[in-house]
Amino acid sequence: MRWRAAALQALLVAAVAFAVWTLAANTAHNLEARKIASGLGFLQREAGFEIGESPFLSYSAADSYARALSVGLINTFRVALIGIVVASVLGTLIGLARLSRNWLLAKLAAGYVELLRNVPLLVQLFFLYALITENLPGPRAALHPLPGVYLSNRGFAFPLPAPDPVHGGMALALIAGAILALLLARWARARQARTGQPFPAFAAGAGLILGLPLLVFLAAGTPHALAVPTLQGFNFAGGGALTPEFAALLGGLSLYTAAFIAEIVRAGVLAVDRGQFEASAALGLPRRRAMRLVILPQALRVIVPPLTSQYLNLTKNSSLAVAIGYPDLVSIANTTLNQTGQAIEGIAIIMAVYLTISLSISALMNGYNRRIALKGARR
Amino acid sequence: MKWLRENLFSGWPSALATLAILWLAWTLLPPFVHWAFLDAVWFSPDGRACRAPGAGACWALITEKHRFILFGTYPYEEQWRPALGIVVLVALYVASAMRRFWRIELALAWAAGLALIGVLMWGGVPGLPYVENERWGGLMLTLLLATFGISFAFPISILLALGRRSRLPAVRALSILWIELVRGVPLISLLFMASVMLPLFLPEGVTIDKLLRALIAMIVFAAAYLAEVVRGGLQSLAHGQEEAADALGLSYWKKTLLVLLPQALRVAIPPLVNTFIAFFKDTSLVVIIGLFDLLTSIKVALTEPAWSGFGVEAYLFASLVYFCFCFAMSRYSQNLERDLGFGRSHAREG
Repeated sequence: MRWRAAALQALLVAAVAFAVWTLAANTAHNLEARKIASGLGFLQREAGFEIGESPFLSYSAADSYARALSVGLINTFRVALIGIVVASVLGTLIGLARLSRNWLLAKLAAGYVELLRNVPLLVQLFFLYALITENLPGPRAALHPLPGVYLSNRGFAFPLPAPDPVHGGMALALIAGAILALLLARWARARQARTGQPFPAFAAGAGLILGLPLLVFLAAGTPHALAVPTLQGFNFAGGGALTPEFAALLGGLSLYTAAFIAEIVRAGVLAVDRGQFEASAALGLPRRRAMRLVILPQALRVIVPPLTSQYLNLTKNSSLAVAIGYPDLVSIANTTLNQTGQAIEGIAIIMAVYLTISLSISALMNGYNRRIALKGARR
Repeated sequence: MKWLRENLFSGWPSALATLAILWLAWTLLPPFVHWAFLDAVWFSPDGRACRAPGAGACWALITEKHRFILFGTYPYEEQWRPALGIVVLVALYVASAMRRFWRIELALAWAAGLALIGVLMWGGVPGLPYVENERWGGLMLTLLLATFGISFAFPISILLALGRRSRLPAVRALSILWIELVRGVPLISLLFMASVMLPLFLPEGVTIDKLLRALIAMIVFAAAYLAEVVRGGLQSLAHGQEEAADALGLSYWKKTLLVLLPQALRVAIPPLVNTFIAFFKDTSLVVIIGLFDLLTSIKVALTEPAWSGFGVEAYLFASLVYFCFCFAMSRYSQNLERDLGFGRSHAREG
């Protein structure tokens, strides 16, 4: 029995190794025949193509492939991070709306979930992109729903606070506020454990996080100049702008993922037993603290694991950008491998990046799950 | 009245929400109905009527190009063949959904049905001229990708799930490697791999056509996701089942095939159907590597000058087609979950 298992495995490993070796040999032969030098040397060569949008990292066609790919990576992270925030907010609202006692609201939310979940994301992306580029008016006749906000087939333009050195200070104050709030919460918990006296740590923490940046803002003399977009030539200049590609991708990813998050939130809330509400009421906990101390921790235990996998899905789905021309990592890697013929390296880079993201998130999740798991529960 | 008060106006936030929704419906619905139905252009051979001022949705794009959207570039006179193929496929789906047909004959029906479709699509027999698979397309290709993808991926996924639970370290390691590697990367990267890297892997002179390469990538992808669902089913079984089978002295394969899998798969059917839905939606990604599925044929129809600029109508139609298939599957999975749940709790009582 023992040696049979060992023989079986040896055979399997040998078969896999032989397959890999054959493929590698074929590949090496084919590459030689096509005169493609393998290796990552091509990354230093000049890319020679323009990229539509490159925030945070200046880029021109004269830069290297490595820099182009970095721009793509930044674009992937940009759309994924904003998408995760929007999808979470929207998904939570829709999930709670589905549980509402208002029949109309609940049905509307249910209809949203069914509709969005059962249509491929790619079709939704094409639809949104067509909606923006084909059905919105040109910049000269742009829709103008709010002062300073313009919707046209060249993208969305909206006012932003004009750049000011105080913004850096406000960001620092925000970080300081968050750290102080964390320390405060820890101290409050320790004191409550020691003396039994509660401390309004949540309100004080929120005050710190919001108050410190506000203080910096007031101290600097409230510089509130706005950069408002104005029509210059064929498009808007000044203020903030979203390209049609970014807007369609962000909208598609957020709306689609929100439908899945809504179901997760709903399931999480339903998973908490009614008895838990009643028991906390019987203990005399006020509704708010019952929510925070009893209900939410239990709901989150159900919600967080599938929620993370939705975040991962959103990040992986952002690779559909290539279909509507948003320059994300996959799209730029695709251009790169078409230009250089370095197919293996290009695809390896894409896979390595996504694998790194996926595996690090799963590792974090496993740690989190261990922390929140029921003590003594079998896992 | 009572229903209205309880369900729409049970307090001022609820009343406010109701009023807001009614107001939105009041402002948005009439223009939409005008656009989509009253002012819509249903027939126009060259699409000129769609560009008249005041014209609504251009459904003429769908009515004029429906043959192309459904069957792609399949020879026009022979398009009854894929049409018949779609009918056979849908009949097979429906039959498989009915539990009274869950017998060994169903597998035979599938084998016969798929063989029939192969003959219909390729032809090459007397009366049916040969059609190479580069010319297959449209809805038929989408259905074929989904069907063949699932039918090959499912058996592989069972092996992977068993492998991941195996006591043999090498088998376990290889299964985990496949599952986690594939689940960690986007499907697009696998499709790119199939379209540009696979030709490099093969010895000189050997080529695999584009359709088959994409299918291989889809199978590799689906197998990893299905394997996790099957594993979930296996994990849900009580330990006693395995111990009892061991106590009876059953061999590994007998234990797995006769005791564990039948129960595990039964539990796993609803999540399996959900994975099928996700996979069906994912077949649309082949548009990116230029395979001629439903979405590609719609995109190609849009590139004609007569129809350019009507993307919204075209993609609404695509959404409708996908929605019909996915919604049917999702309803089915929900019902099944309820029925199977009932059956189990009933059995426990009895």
